[in-house]
Amino acid sequence: MKYRVRVWRQAGPAASGRLVDYDIDDVTADMSFLEMLDVLNERLQLEGDDPVAFDHDCREGICGACGVMIDGVAHGPGKATTTCQLHMRQFDPSQPIVVEPWRAAPFPVVRDLVVDRSALDRVIESGGYISTRAGAAPDAHALPVPKPDADTAFEAAACIGCGACVAACPNGSSMLFTAAKATHLGVLPQGQPERYTRARDMVETQDDLGFGGCTLTGECTAVCPKGIPLTAITRLNHDVLSAAMRSA
Amino acid sequence: MLYREGDPIADTRAPQGPLETRWERRRFSSRLVNPANRRKLTVIVVGTGLAGGSAAATLGELGYNVLSFCYQDSPRRAHSIAAQGGINAAKNYAGDGDSVHRLFHDTVKGGDFRSRESNVHRLAEVSTSIIDQCVAQGVPFAREYGGLLDTRSFGGAQVSRTFYARGQTGQQLLLGAYQALARQIHAGTVRSHPRTEMLDLVVSQGRARGVVVRDLVTGEVTTHLADAVVLATGGYGNVFHLSTNAKGCNTTAIWRAHKRGALFANPCYTQIHPTCIPVSGDHQSKLTLMSESLRNDGRVWVPLQAGDDRTPGQIPEAERDYYLERMYPSFGNLVPRDIASRAAKAVCDAGRGVGPGGLGVYLDFADAIARLGRDAVAARYGNLFEMYQRITDEDPYQVPMRIYPAVHYTMGGLWVDYDLRSTIPGLFVIGEANFSDHGANRLGASALMQGLADGYFVLPAVIGDYLADGPFGPVDANAVDEAEDGVREMIDTLLSIDGDRTAESFHRELGRLMWDLCGMERSEEGLRKALERIPSLRDEFWRRLKVTGTGSELNQALEKAGRVADFLELAELMCVDALHRTESCGGHFRVESQTPEGDARRDDENFSYVAAWEFTGVGEPPALHHEELTFEAVSPTVRSYK
Repeated sequence: MKYRVRVWRQAGPAASGRLVDYDIDDVTADMSFLEMLDVLNERLQLEGDDPVAFDHDCREGICGACGVMIDGVAHGPGKATTTCQLHMRQFDPSQPIVVEPWRAAPFPVVRDLVVDRSALDRVIESGGYISTRAGAAPDAHALPVPKPDADTAFEAAACIGCGACVAACPNGSSMLFTAAKATHLGVLPQGQPERYTRARDMVETQDDLGFGGCTLTGECTAVCPKGIPLTAITRLNHDVLSAAMRSA
Repeated sequence: MLYREGDPIADTRAPQGPLETRWERRRFSSRLVNPANRRKLTVIVVGTGLAGGSAAATLGELGYNVLSFCYQDSPRRAHSIAAQGGINAAKNYAGDGDSVHRLFHDTVKGGDFRSRESNVHRLAEVSTSIIDQCVAQGVPFAREYGGLLDTRSFGGAQVSRTFYARGQTGQQLLLGAYQALARQIHAGTVRSHPRTEMLDLVVSQGRARGVVVRDLVTGEVTTHLADAVVLATGGYGNVFHLSTNAKGCNTTAIWRAHKRGALFANPCYTQIHPTCIPVSGDHQSKLTLMSESLRNDGRVWVPLQAGDDRTPGQIPEAERDYYLERMYPSFGNLVPRDIASRAAKAVCDAGRGVGPGGLGVYLDFADAIARLGRDAVAARYGNLFEMYQRITDEDPYQVPMRIYPAVHYTMGGLWVDYDLRSTIPGLFVIGEANFSDHGANRLGASALMQGLADGYFVLPAVIGDYLADGPFGPVDANAVDEAEDGVREMIDTLLSIDGDRTAESFHRELGRLMWDLCGMERSEEGLRKALERIPSLRDEFWRRLKVTGTGSELNQALEKAGRVADFLELAELMCVDALHRTESCGGHFRVESQTPEGDARRDDENFSYVAAWEFTGVGEPPALHHEELTFEAVSPTVRSYK
């Protein structure tokens, strides 16, 4: 099969970017989207052009490194799927495929499709953990966790930090990411002592970093490759409000 | 001459006396560093997976100055995140007779008696604390309805000791370590350097004192100095090109440390995982694992008749061969990975494989769905089923999965003693990057255990004994210049060849060669062929490579080229090691060394040792140092899972 891709090329953060068309032959149905880009990159290098830079690593949908806008949708057309897990059988060869980087003020473009998502690390650093030292933990069975709580925590903990939620949000908000972490830790008994300060600190940090506010549009959950539910944001809002009440 | 003999390794620094108290005695005898002095000491940790992330976080908690490096854009993306199945611990929560001794015993036996008893015993002891630590951090392990932790079984064990978080255990454990690290970054004890790749080790006056790194965004080459360096950079399975590793996993850090004098142990021990989605075409960039836990409920079979090309549903029970259950009745589908992999290869070689190309066997859930119901199966394995469907376009609830073995984990790595010290003073190596705990084969769910054991508990306890002699004073400026110059020169060379082949094409060719000749099965003839071909491929690489762009920008082609250059050197050592070891054990199967039934035949009389190799120059015969293995608590027997 033959495809035309229209790829965002940008040499560096300060350079201006543009969409460039490439025709790629020999694409097979069971090739992944990134393998299709690999084929393109091999050719570009042999022709002396710079290959298209894109982030990727595990290529099995869990590391969260990959992620681009495909035809305007974060991670493309697959439901609950990362870019690396898309296969070319899902694309119509008669239509060009437009590939662009995540676009959000706190995610500056590094090169081509690579963006800097380190702002998400700053959010976690400001409180997204349980403060415990190695070697001092009580026996794991000392603290039973009701299965429904464990399941809710797990569902939220599945966030891979890819940033699709931010890219999809019309406000460039990272609320779904932050809410996933607040929910994961906040529903577990171990997470209770820091529950409210954690929520408050992470939300303050994301605001400081330039992420937009959340208006519960829900675009984030529509593209989330791990299906993090919007209820996580409700929980986060509840905890942030409680934090304010407690300190008042 | 393939290699020359070096001096045997005399001392592994394991305390003597009863195995059960060695770790306790070591912890007591290790010198401590006064908390006020710790902040005057700097430790570099390269890699942020389970081992590196947990080590950096814990050393930060203890008050050392820690510099943490990873090539990914965030420490949270290290490839430990992709481990699916679970983590072992001798908690005996299932009440089925587990104990530290049994975990120790299973691990030594599973490793085909090629690991150290004292190391493995320590691992089993520490395992219970790991679960406690992770639960305290909020790792959402699976729970019973009563709120207590649930467990499952993995290959090579008859007890249920594996803790898991759906099919995403590695992710959850890694996030736990990453969050502990994030806390220390916030506290200022750890300085994090993502998108930074280690390209050389600085050795000054005989001690490891720093690393030369390249900033992958700006291309800047700089040196970072410290009192000790810890490598936690994972395994080198990507030498095979296709593997279950992340695309970026590489050998550069440990290989360049090897070239600086650290011995490389058992490089030929590669674990082949039996439960991967088969290769579908030449374009393929990586292989995806289906968790071994699937074999708890899935049954493995192939048609009884060679060349039977009916769809699985059309093949009646009587014409199926559930070969693992037939050959190994007591462990059945849960035999260890090396055994399951080889059995799959044998039935495929006999023409009974299924799917395109005949390189696949069925992993069938029909019985489990009939017995437990679709919902229960979906609750256990749903995300894995979805992943399978996405990749293959087949529904595993309706038709059996097709699986085939693939390169997964390397048991070899830099040689370390009981204190995780390499042969370069001040260079510590932890997790998959060292060789120490798994012998010739790794049991399922023990990699996560080792990574976290080393990072949370072992390294923090032993590194103080070394650092108690620090701070180590100024670093020789010539050592820094020499290392930096070497790195810059290599980058310039890679960029200037301007040939007609990409690094990727060399990697693909090397990988195929290694899989065919140094993969699941090795022969003297094949290995000699590989040893002829590899040096000429390496020559060709340095003549025909093409890397576009410059060194002073984000240049993924350049990153790739440097890694492939190292794989091309490592591959030769792997083949030399495989060739000299004329026995079969674990993940190393020599066709000349097998029983009449086709099982691996170990040769304890001649090969009960760790092969630790010394670098003597590219293409030069390496020197072989033996570390004899002695077994007191478990006597080496023929591994039987029948």
